[in-house]
Amino acid sequence: MADNEKVLIKGNEAIAEAAVRAGCRGYFGYPITPQNEVPEYMSRRLPEVGGVFVQAESELASINMVYGATAAGVRAMTSSSSPGISLMQEGISYIAGAETPAVIMNMMRGGPGLGNIAPSQADYLQATKGGGHGDYNLIVFAPSTVQEIVDIVYNAFDVAFKYRNPVMILADGIMGQISEAVSMPPMRDPADIPDWALGNGKNRAVIKSLRLSPDDALAAHNKHLQEKLAKIRKEVVQSEEYKCDDADYVVVAYGTPARITKTVVDALREEGLKVGLFRPITIWPFPYDALKALSDRMSKNSSSKIFVAEMAQNQLEQDVRMAVEGKVAIDSFNRLGGVNFDEEDLFDFIKKSVK
Amino acid sequence: MARKTLYKKTSVLTDKIMHYCPGCAHSLTQKIIAELIEEMGLQKNTIFVAPVGCAVLLYDYIDCDTVEAAHGRAPAMATAIKRTRPDHFVVSYQGDGDLLSIGIAETIHAANRGENITVIFINNAIYGMTGGQMAPTTLIGQVTTTTQKGRNPETEGYPIRACELLNTLVAPYFIERVKLTSSADVIKAKKVLKKAFQNQLDGKGYSFVEVLAGCPTNWRMTPADANKWVDEKMTEFYPIKNFRDEGIVKEASKC
Ligand SMILES: Cc1ncc(C[n+]2csc(CCOP(=O)(O)OP(=O)(O)O)c2C)c(N)n1
Ligand code: SF4
Repeated sequence: MADNEKVLIKGNEAIAEAAVRAGCRGYFGYPITPQNEVPEYMSRRLPEVGGVFVQAESELASINMVYGATAAGVRAMTSSSSPGISLMQEGISYIAGAETPAVIMNMMRGGPGLGNIAPSQADYLQATKGGGHGDYNLIVFAPSTVQEIVDIVYNAFDVAFKYRNPVMILADGIMGQISEAVSMPPMRDPADIPDWALGNGKNRAVIKSLRLSPDDALAAHNKHLQEKLAKIRKEVVQSEEYKCDDADYVVVAYGTPARITKTVVDALREEGLKVGLFRPITIWPFPYDALKALSDRMSKNSSSKIFVAEMAQNQLEQDVRMAVEGKVAIDSFNRLGGVNFDEEDLFDFIKKSVK
Repeated sequence: MARKTLYKKTSVLTDKIMHYCPGCAHSLTQKIIAELIEEMGLQKNTIFVAPVGCAVLLYDYIDCDTVEAAHGRAPAMATAIKRTRPDHFVVSYQGDGDLLSIGIAETIHAANRGENITVIFINNAIYGMTGGQMAPTTLIGQVTTTTQKGRNPETEGYPIRACELLNTLVAPYFIERVKLTSSADVIKAKKVLKKAFQNQLDGKGYSFVEVLAGCPTNWRMTPADANKWVDEKMTEFYPIKNFRDEGIVKEASKC
């Protein structure tokens, strides 16, 4: 497919192609529905560009293979779905501790446990508040269209390598399965091996997360990590507001629920209700400031309300509450267990709630 | 009278004093490895994957690029490093808990893919770093802090023989078990390790060297008694021998 030409492509395949174009030359993964098109695509595509594809023996191995490749300065990624991502958490913590980059795709499915293979957003807290051990954060992007998947994946390697911090792309299973017309960005050459990486040819590299020495080495390292994360909070945060300027009611949603909400916003506006959508694009860092500014304005109208629509139990809502600081009433719309909602469900819910 | 230098520490070893206990096989093995790296001119080109275990601080002693793996995952990291940076010499160095217990899947699958890496396995029949608990290689009847009446096969199963296990696979190119209890053994072990290194340089594929290793501290023995225990008890269950040289892929593909 030519650069920037519109092509019809499935979400999972778009992830893979965008990664290759971003210079990704290592993919390591273990099959799990609903993201199998990613490894399948990579298995044939990466060898064409001199890249490495390995079907790993488990997600434990996948994430540690990514750790190995990125520690050696190579752009590499893995993808999985909820149970597999749970298995990766130890490795993710090591990567964060050792300050190596990584790009990890979680195409969420219903849980807990083996759950089901239907779309879900129930890994929000795992992705944004930790998951593994220790004080660290992933940079988490939450795309809501296939084009946005492409743009985010294309940028994700730059972000991961710039900050030497793992990046997660968090999407519900629908995002992987839908096909949409997208324009593919141009093929980039893989970046040079950075000076901190193994085998950089300039200076000796030791990449580790163990800091045993008694001189507070681990405390100092944690301080450094927190300073870095504070910088990321400022520089990476992203959100979208749709018809929020005059809104009395705002729905906060990300991923597929955000797309559904857009239609609902339009339908409710036709009924005379001033509704808008606030959509976090990064969920770590969460756009607290933007949402706070919006809710501060809304709080002047005492009947205003914020709705949180998610395929999870009050997970996104926790961040919304932190931003809103109790100034505007919050009503939650939750769908659990890998159950999506349709426009009418949300439309009726909001209408009932604002009566 | 001019003095002749008969022995000099290899410059690949740093000047840092090793934290290993007296008589610990990690220090001797790492010295041999460092000497080989110097002799074979590999220092600039080598990437070590250090394990979780007593050898986690490998990078403090061997002056090469090193990455520290999570417990048991070294072969997965080594796989990815070698595949994405094939011009580098990649060594995975692991203890028995690391390689045969928590990381047994990574061990078997890296071997089974025939990764062109060198794996060095320190079998001391115990968990050194965490204070002497049972390892997958702990011998029947051996007392550890979690088998205080001795390992009982009815409840703890039997020790796993790594070389024999890997020797059931088609892909590995080279598999050998060595010990370090006499000077002759050390010279022999160095030759075996050299071969395992050269195989990788020649692109031959997966090479595995198991070192029967004393852990005097957790065995509650003097270094001399630990050596004796390796010679008498360990070699009985873990025979010193070459299991595979030059691979079997050609014969296997005839089947
Ligand atoms: C996931 C995880 N589980 C447990 C540990 C604790 N731990 C550290 S080293 C070790 C065993 C080390 O034994 P071995 O691999 O035989 O190496 P040795 O110290 O004997 O050289 C264990 C269980 C850990 N660091 N990580
Ligand atoms: S505890 Fe055992 S393996 Fe660890 S350094 Fe001491 S002797 Fe070596």
